[in-house]
Amino acid sequence: MKLTPTKSLQNHPLAGWSLAGPAIFLITLFLIVPFILAFTLSFTNQRLISPNPTEFVGMRNFEQLLGVGTLVLQPETDEAGALVRDATGELSYPRVRDYTRNNADYPQLDGKREWLSWNWGDAKVYVLASDVVFMKALGNTFLFVLFVAPIQAGLALLLAVLINQKLKGINIFRAIYFMPVVVSIVVVSLLWRFIYSGQSGLLNNMLGFLSFGAFKPVDWLGNPATALWSILAMSVWQGVGFHMVIWLSGLQTIPASLYEAADIEGATTWQKFRYVTWPGLRNTAVLILIVITMQAFSLFSQIDVMTGGGPVDSTQTMVFQAVERGYGQQNIAGGSAISVILFLIVLTISMAQRYLTRERNR
Amino acid sequence: MAGLSLTNIHKSYGKVDVIKGVDLTIEHGEFVVFVGPSGCGKSTLLRMIAGLEDITEGELKIGDRVVNQVQPRDRGVAMVFQSYALYPHMTVYDNVGFGLLLAKTPKPERDAKIMEAARILQMEHLLDRKPAQLSGGQRQRVAIGRAIVRKPDVFLFDEPLSNLDASLRLDMRSEISKLHNSLGATMIYVTHDQVEAMTLADKIVVLNGGVVQQVGSPLELYHKPANLFVAGFIGSPKMNLLPVKVTDLSADTMTLASEALEPITLPRRDGIGQGDSLTLGVRPHQLLKDGTKRIAGKVDLVERLGNETIISAILPSGETVLAALAGDVAIALNDDIALNFDPDEICLFNAEGNAV
Ligand SMILES: Nc1ncnc2c1ncn2[C@@H]1O[C@H](COP(=O)(O)OP(=O)(O)OP(=O)(O)O)[C@@H](O)[C@H]1O
Ligand SMILES: [Mg+2]
Repeated sequence: MKLTPTKSLQNHPLAGWSLAGPAIFLITLFLIVPFILAFTLSFTNQRLISPNPTEFVGMRNFEQLLGVGTLVLQPETDEAGALVRDATGELSYPRVRDYTRNNADYPQLDGKREWLSWNWGDAKVYVLASDVVFMKALGNTFLFVLFVAPIQAGLALLLAVLINQKLKGINIFRAIYFMPVVVSIVVVSLLWRFIYSGQSGLLNNMLGFLSFGAFKPVDWLGNPATALWSILAMSVWQGVGFHMVIWLSGLQTIPASLYEAADIEGATTWQKFRYVTWPGLRNTAVLILIVITMQAFSLFSQIDVMTGGGPVDSTQTMVFQAVERGYGQQNIAGGSAISVILFLIVLTISMAQRYLTRERNR
Repeated sequence: MAGLSLTNIHKSYGKVDVIKGVDLTIEHGEFVVFVGPSGCGKSTLLRMIAGLEDITEGELKIGDRVVNQVQPRDRGVAMVFQSYALYPHMTVYDNVGFGLLLAKTPKPERDAKIMEAARILQMEHLLDRKPAQLSGGQRQRVAIGRAIVRKPDVFLFDEPLSNLDASLRLDMRSEISKLHNSLGATMIYVTHDQVEAMTLADKIVVLNGGVVQQVGSPLELYHKPANLFVAGFIGSPKMNLLPVKVTDLSADTMTLASEALEPITLPRRDGIGQGDSLTLGVRPHQLLKDGTKRIAGKVDLVERLGNETIISAILPSGETVLAALAGDVAIALNDDIALNFDPDEICLFNAEGNAV
């Protein structure tokens, strides 16, 4: 036996390092340094451009972002203890502001504002947050992930199963489904702004046509109730082709003889999917779930192009907020803190997914 | 209870004809082996019977039913694949019980049948394992177990032993043979190993190029091959084939001779004329070294197997003959050797390659 290549590289460590050098340098510069920088900055009050020296502020950025508190308000009563009602019969409550502005009895609520509220019997429950916009962004992001992940993964799997057949012209469908992936998300977002447009958008026109004019046009992106869902639908459409291809590669690793055996054993199409296809796709499924989750958490371009976080913060997302703060408001420390929170969330979820979908050996 | 009948079965992939008209009847309970060289269409024929390939033309009956258009699951067949086709994520227990699960067999009944199959195949201790934790032979047994739990009318085996080593192959061969005796089901078995074919089969079907060459019992094929292909394919070492001429023809005898062969006189056979060129086939095991000279040559290879000695000799005419002589024969390379055979045992083939 001659010396193996590894051997000779081990004999010349300098050659090995100099070959790996450029890659190590670039990875350090563009991945590791920013990562560490974000972590460090999130504990300071660094601003993009500022005459003041940077100070270490501990957890203050995170407290500011994540601070929440609850407040339960009882309706006002008169001297006799009866509930005070106004002319329309509504109960009246003390003002929230009295508790959150310089109220010595409630120091933990100082500076917080209303995020959510609901009635509980006669009482009114408030959830207050130090940073309501960030909380909305957090909520929207989770909502987005929660819906996009199963819808996109499921739809992609369906398409993958459909195009994984030996039919004439099946390549045309493969190409069509994959096409949106190739187009830049910014271009796609611009196009869909026209589709969703409130006056003469394609979607409104089409729905109107299909319902013989019964459908009242909706300003899809201008309405807080529909804006996030519209972006969600578009994102699914754009991303589904990519995940379809990953599913497809998983499908093609399942040996045909397993299906033939199932045919002979008497499996129906559904049973074949349930007992052969799905178990064979477990590793692909883990990959796809993690990838979609990470992509969904980093939702930004669509928001930036289509709504800018509006209307009334209904499409705020974490990454959009991170950029908005770091560069829009020049608060690099705040933006970094959001990035760190996002990192921790994605890390936790990925590990949880990995754990839940692990191979169980009996 | 099901026999099978194949009538004029054809299979084409586009313009390529793979099976070119197969007619075959298989009785219930028979063990039929398809043999033939690689690519001759054995698997294709088997898969058509299973319902995994469409039948381009012809009629396939299982029992009394034409099943050309019947789904695999409704044909009452079970198949053991060369690759085993076990489900990697299921335990042996679940693999064996898969068909029963699909048929919604009640749990106690299913359990009993799986245990029964495991007992027959001696794999009770493996039931909790996954296929990845099994050896090749054990996987093979699981695959067979999956086939037998459903008590099908017809078993199909596609080269089930080709991934096993020689000794395991021998074991599994006898297990399959026992299984056939105890189950009494119809079995169709594909192999390109003629030893498997000879030992297992009630009936062998020799295929070549998508055409059936001969159908018959192992000994029929061995002693009376229908043509040169079968003669060369069945038997190991291969049959010696020597060109001869008919030198003399009388009312009931004929005399054959060639450069290498001392003239022999045989009872006359039909369809032979004076001066015809024939091929004489004589098996290596039919050649003897008893001092009588029918053919003679120079030894160019000696293989001693202990119980027999395989000798290759070059005849003056340039042909090589193989002789399998019993015991340990005292002979050396380049010795001259004279060989004898019983003229009544030989096979003769005409110019078209068919037996006469
Ligand atoms: N899908 C296909 N398209 C075209 N030709 C095919 C196809 N499948 C098989 N064939 C051809 O059909 C012929 C018979 O194939 P088959 O698999 O039946 O051979 P076999 O006798 O089982 O050989 P082996 O002993 O190697 O398994 C081969 O020549 C093969 O090339
Ligand atoms: Mg084959």
